[in-house]
Amino acid sequence: LRPFGASVAFGKRALLATTCMGVALYTLHIFNRRGTCLFYKEWNRPSPSRGDLTQDHKLMFGFLFSLKQLVSKIAPKKGGFYACNTSAYKLNYFETMSGLRFVLCTELAAGDMREVLKYIYANIFVECLVKNPLWKAEDPITCPLFTQHLQNYLESIS
Amino acid sequence: MPSLLSLYINNKAGGLIFHRDFSSAAAKLDINEHLTLASTFNGLAMIMRQLSPVPGSSGMELLEADSFVLQSFDTVTGLKFFVTAEPESKHLDAVLKDVYMLYSDYVLKNPFYELDMPIHCERFIQKLMKLADDYNKRG
Repeated sequence: LRPFGASVAFGKRALLATTCMGVALYTLHIFNRRGTCLFYKEWNRPSPSRGDLTQDHKLMFGFLFSLKQLVSKIAPKKGGFYACNTSAYKLNYFETMSGLRFVLCTELAAGDMREVLKYIYANIFVECLVKNPLWKAEDPITCPLFTQHLQNYLESIS
Repeated sequence: MPSLLSLYINNKAGGLIFHRDFSSAAAKLDINEHLTLASTFNGLAMIMRQLSPVPGSSGMELLEADSFVLQSFDTVTGLKFFVTAEPESKHLDAVLKDVYMLYSDYVLKNPFYELDMPIHCERFIQKLMKLADDYNKRG
């Protein structure tokens, strides 16, 4: 298990890794049904997005949208996808009935992250934002309580 | 025993050159839908490489969904072989490598086959169906 906040010096660059259950997390995106990126957090991103982060978010949303359509065509029964891998990372996906999309990019060794994403939605997102009278559904998330609880949760399940 | 659903082969350009369903449970789509689906998958696999937070990523290799699992294999010559199967299917990467071997033996060595064109080689299809049957029995 790697402790949260441990710095590992690799030559000249120091990488800060956040681990959850001993699994390295790279990035988290939360999109609403319109495609607005409500929340983005990166823990460890050795290959930062070239150009603009907003372009990157659009690409991610577009990718997920098209993938969802492809999956609905090819699937023998109803039901969406929850993960996809390349040789270097694993993308974990969770979509709520209201069209909120949670995308967590982790290392390949991550197991089933569905429960983690469901917890983040049900116990952190709903509690800190949906039940918050000041939060509007289309706005990016700036609530410090949300960020704090999220960080605590990800640390605590290691 | 979880079974294979379908196999798709794309050429270098991302166009579909072969498709076969192995199970009646596979989605029933017409040929145009298969063509668009295969090309879309090619594009999405490439985008996934661009979205990678880590350098040196390949395209999409595995896709897990509630009702199926999809495994993809890119050859060094730019072809893409991908197979869909029921969830909990194992050794799909070995299946794809076997299909690639069958492709090299019964398609590429066929003197009438033109590269990157749709595959209609009977022996390839026979051997492929046998491979799928063996897999479905063995699991």
